[in-house]
Amino acid sequence: MIAGGKRMDGRGPESYRPIVIQSGLIEKANGSVHVSLGKSKVLVGVKVEVGEPFPDTPDEGVLTVNAELVPLASPMFEPGPPGEQAIELARVVDRGIRESKAIDVKSLVIQRGKKVQVVYVDVYVLDHDGNLIDAAAMAALGALVNAKVGKFEMKADEVVVKPGRHALPLNNYPVSVTVAKVGKTLLVDPSLEEERVMSARLTVTIDKNGAICAMQKGGLSGFTVEELKRIVGLAVERSAENRAKVLAAAKG
Amino acid sequence: MLWEKLPESKPPELIDSKGFRADGRRLDQLRPIKLEVGILDKADGSAYVEQGKNKIMCAVYGPREAHPKHIALPDRAVIRCRYHMAPFSVDERKSPAPSRREMELSKVIRESLEPVVLADLYPRTTIDLFVEVLQSDGGSRCAGIIGASLALADAGIPMTELVAACAVGKVQGKLALDLSDSEDKYGEADLPVAFVPNANLVTLLQMDGSLTTEEFEKGLGMALEACRTIHGLQREALKKKYHEMKEAVEEKEESEVVA
Repeated sequence: MIAGGKRMDGRGPESYRPIVIQSGLIEKANGSVHVSLGKSKVLVGVKVEVGEPFPDTPDEGVLTVNAELVPLASPMFEPGPPGEQAIELARVVDRGIRESKAIDVKSLVIQRGKKVQVVYVDVYVLDHDGNLIDAAAMAALGALVNAKVGKFEMKADEVVVKPGRHALPLNNYPVSVTVAKVGKTLLVDPSLEEERVMSARLTVTIDKNGAICAMQKGGLSGFTVEELKRIVGLAVERSAENRAKVLAAAKG
Repeated sequence: MLWEKLPESKPPELIDSKGFRADGRRLDQLRPIKLEVGILDKADGSAYVEQGKNKIMCAVYGPREAHPKHIALPDRAVIRCRYHMAPFSVDERKSPAPSRREMELSKVIRESLEPVVLADLYPRTTIDLFVEVLQSDGGSRCAGIIGASLALADAGIPMTELVAACAVGKVQGKLALDLSDSEDKYGEADLPVAFVPNANLVTLLQMDGSLTTEEFEKGLGMALEACRTIHGLQREALKKKYHEMKEAVEEKEESEVVA
């Protein structure tokens, strides 16, 4: 897997595969971004609709992240309701956006306690060659940045959407970095082959200020404290580069 | 959700006084089609179709071991198809759970392709066909069939030939080829057709709305003519992939000779 400091695809242990980001491919979505991370491909569409707030948060809009591992992406994916891998993917992406307070949910309220904007972030995995979490998190952030929404107003007890191209109220730009442990080596951005042999995986989501806003460990083994510290350091470095790429590609 | 200006009580003007449609097409004109083969890494065969606003990805896995095992047949491969729409593919977000419409379309798409696949070469296996609509416009089932038959060919599955598909409809009393979303919505009839040109076989035929027998016959003729055109585009798309591969190999060989 790793010989002479090089990985099977020729990368060094701490580098990402090539990242290609395209935005605005789905005109029917408010925002959309397609991320190719090496051979992995993830498309995220954002749709903003009117709904009701949760009873315990009457003055906040709703963020919903859903992931579909569509069966065209891998022989391992089967049709049917999301399984644990899809749910973990959606929840890790959700946590990064939610905990970094990326969306100002208070400004999504149309009428307190009754009508709010619901931001649907749908993650669509099209080709699975590893590290879906980072690809999905970048695509989700990009699609939120890319989104253009009309103006929601109350008119005689009904919500009216005035056509417009307003950006979503974003305060933060979370980006995740996933590191896998293969043997004793830490590998940033694991490919599918590397994921198959890794003993453990850690995803660290970093916000625009360099603070950690979400983490998720996966895999059957674990990490030493030294390894964890190194991974967090790597995440802070790599996330800044990837955030710049996402923001540059998603605007417009 | 209530949109300003919409819903309209009156359907929009779909055909103008000069006989042009809202998107500028003539009545017998197809929307621009873009076909690409071999777009996915993991699938055994794949294709991408853009037709109007339709953006559809198709993938084929197989022939592979049947799972669950009891669905396997002793004398032929089982072909399965799933037509599915992304939640963001339509104006109002669609739940990702399969709807009754998607279940039906999965079935008719599969049945439109079964006649050309030489399934008896692969007994006890399945061939899985996935049609994912990333953005939908009118005629997504036909675009799905166009892509699905390319993905089957790309997977190297023996077929007698490619299947082409196209819909014809009636809009403001006139027959119109390859309906767009709004023409389908406000039009008076929709007639999707899949056709295997050399076998002269119609393998998908559905209809809703109202057509006289004469209109049906004329419309069917228009659809079959369009299918022949699309069939040519499909063949080109399939060949293009191999031309590109050939060129890449030749280039590599040349550079090696120089070196």
